[in-house]
Amino acid sequence: MKPAIFFLLAAALLGGAGTEAARGGEPPLPAGLGGAADSEEPALPPGLFGETESEPPLPSSLERETEEWNREGPGLPFDLAGFADARAGARTQRDPYEKELSLGEVRLQLEAEKGWDRASFRVRSDFLYDPVYDHGTVDLETGRGWLDLRELRGTITPVSFADVRLGRQIVTWGTGDLLFINDMFPKDWQSFFIGRDTEYLKAPSDAAMVSAFSPLVNLDVVYTPCFDADRYIDGSRLSYFNPALGRLAGRDAVVQVERPQTWFSDDETAARLSRTVGEYELAAYGYWGYWKSPAGMDPATGKSTFPPLSVYGASIRGPLGSGIANLEGGWYDSRDDAGGSNPLVRNGELRLLAGYELELAADFNAGFQYYLEHMLNYDAYRDHLMPGEHPRDEARHVLTLRLTRRLLSQNLVLSFFCYWSPSDEDFYLRPNVSYRIDDHWSAEVGGNVFWGVYDWTFFGQFRNDTNVYAAVRCSI
Amino acid sequence: MKRFSATAAVLLLATGLAGAARAQEAPAEKAPTVEEVVAKTNLAAYYQGQDGRAKVSMSIVDGQGRERTREFTILRRDEPGPEGSDQDAYAGNQKFYIYFQRPADVNKMVFLVWKQAAADQDDDRWLYLPALDLVKRIAGSEKRTSFVGSDFFYEDVSGRHTSEDIHELVETTDNYYVLNNVPRDPDSVEFANYKMWIHKASFLPIKIEYYGKGGEKIREYNALGVETIQGHPTVTRASMKDYRTGSTTTMSYRDVVYDIGLPDDIFSERYLRKPPRAQLR
Repeated sequence: MKPAIFFLLAAALLGGAGTEAARGGEPPLPAGLGGAADSEEPALPPGLFGETESEPPLPSSLERETEEWNREGPGLPFDLAGFADARAGARTQRDPYEKELSLGEVRLQLEAEKGWDRASFRVRSDFLYDPVYDHGTVDLETGRGWLDLRELRGTITPVSFADVRLGRQIVTWGTGDLLFINDMFPKDWQSFFIGRDTEYLKAPSDAAMVSAFSPLVNLDVVYTPCFDADRYIDGSRLSYFNPALGRLAGRDAVVQVERPQTWFSDDETAARLSRTVGEYELAAYGYWGYWKSPAGMDPATGKSTFPPLSVYGASIRGPLGSGIANLEGGWYDSRDDAGGSNPLVRNGELRLLAGYELELAADFNAGFQYYLEHMLNYDAYRDHLMPGEHPRDEARHVLTLRLTRRLLSQNLVLSFFCYWSPSDEDFYLRPNVSYRIDDHWSAEVGGNVFWGVYDWTFFGQFRNDTNVYAAVRCSI
Repeated sequence: MKRFSATAAVLLLATGLAGAARAQEAPAEKAPTVEEVVAKTNLAAYYQGQDGRAKVSMSIVDGQGRERTREFTILRRDEPGPEGSDQDAYAGNQKFYIYFQRPADVNKMVFLVWKQAAADQDDDRWLYLPALDLVKRIAGSEKRTSFVGSDFFYEDVSGRHTSEDIHELVETTDNYYVLNNVPRDPDSVEFANYKMWIHKASFLPIKIEYYGKGGEKIREYNALGVETIQGHPTVTRASMKDYRTGSTTTMSYRDVVYDIGLPDDIFSERYLRKPPRAQLR
């Protein structure tokens, strides 16, 4: 072989190899672009279309292209969803006034919804089997019994600038994280403390919510024709401090209440004016109703009462540094308290909340809050204490910390929430680990840990209620 | 014009696009500069039309072959630029409304994002939890976090600011502009550089390879299918593989439409509490 020919051949080979190398890393044109290659361009070399070496195989779901995307099942003219949830919990210490098991239930939640352009209707209900606390008859107000109706509501848009939501519904507003100042809608503290899913912290309202929207300001008004109390701690499941007995109590002294229950006179109105300015959400709130948990006593009957209460407040929320900050305040006007001198009615308060949440690292969030309850007319309160009553401090300070870590493609969530009151010298910890097994199944374990120096502080009174729980859930 | 972004064209691919049509009108004989390629890619990948809707199905297959799925509908609206600005005025702030249908435990959850085009400003994000009727504001300065547990990062979905990388046009082939991109702040990201194959006619990124600090390939994006919708070449199937975990996420898009006239107030608290059925359908 002559050197010249050799070099030509070598150059051709090298050139070709170089071209091959370059094309080797180049992606094939995807379907939809291949045909669109400009006609002036030289034809693509064979192999480019078929080359798939750097592509992953198609996941199986892509082969099911014809699968129904819509949630509307075949033959069902509405959306249907739900879950089954089995949950058990136990006290970690003996409680002389309560059962050892704090929780043991199987729950089926079904939700059906039908929507049109300007209206929708939704019903969402829980069906319970509770062998530990079998309450028998259904009480839709407290959620006791085998049926807990969560929502039964219609939503309509009568005019373009307004929405109306009517019926049993869950309503939430305000800026706190598991702390509430201007959100005066019913809470279910019992569910919260025994380890049900956080969604059960909010109890339903039977109400009408009217919202009107304008570029200047938005207005929401929630009218509840018959007072909806919290699902408060009454001793039937969780022990608490009973001031009349001067000790912890439980099933031996279940709280007896006189509940305002006359339709259209024992009513509640909550209103919010809100506006977003740039990235900041501003809101002003008003509430005219009652203390949501027992905050008074009727001396004639000895029963606990829900005295009249008005709340006026405001909030702001928006970005600060690399996180989200919020500030919220409220004036609790305890209308029957007569300058703080009525020992049978809780005093008015100023409440304040400042919070900050940020992402410390990828999938690792932290949140901090400072919360203050400052009693009004404190001197009058001290001058009119009941005999043997443990006086509260003028100011109750609470700090909260939330840590959330997501691992394993966010399927494993480690969560920790802590309330700590340096003034009451008590705390409440909420550790939780949840794992999403697949698209349907999930499991979690967690705890509710209460501790305090004194029996009569807010979290300290629940010291014997400290519990751990576990749950599995299948969602459909 | 530091408002551009040029990285994995993912979700927004489906709901965005406007630049490609303009790009094709450019004289073919004149080779574009790397800045032009980056800018046009950003438009093609994230800004098609002035608004849009897509239904997205996501399949996440982990290293052990276990599959998880996500289904959601995404609405997008580009905010008009200031008065008298040029034709790229729409490559600025954007708003996204993401309505989840599956898996069942996130059904009816809504994720709202106001994307801030300024590189030094965090996006605003809200999450609506229907069972609590809770509008939660999300703190998130970390953009290289998994999007809904998939192999796509939040930044893959919302777009990475082009000013954060140094771009180099390393090769021009018959079909592609091949770009190498190096982060200006290497400590802020998990990769050392990434290489993009940008289709010359459509300016769509067809493949993106991310390399780790040791030079190893750590992630790879592939556009698997493209459809031309209302004149906009649109990626309707795409995958992201993470070589470190062996997990691959494939997204496919259905019912993609552009310029449906989404009103701005859709992207507000009102429609978190009351999903806009007419627009989501």
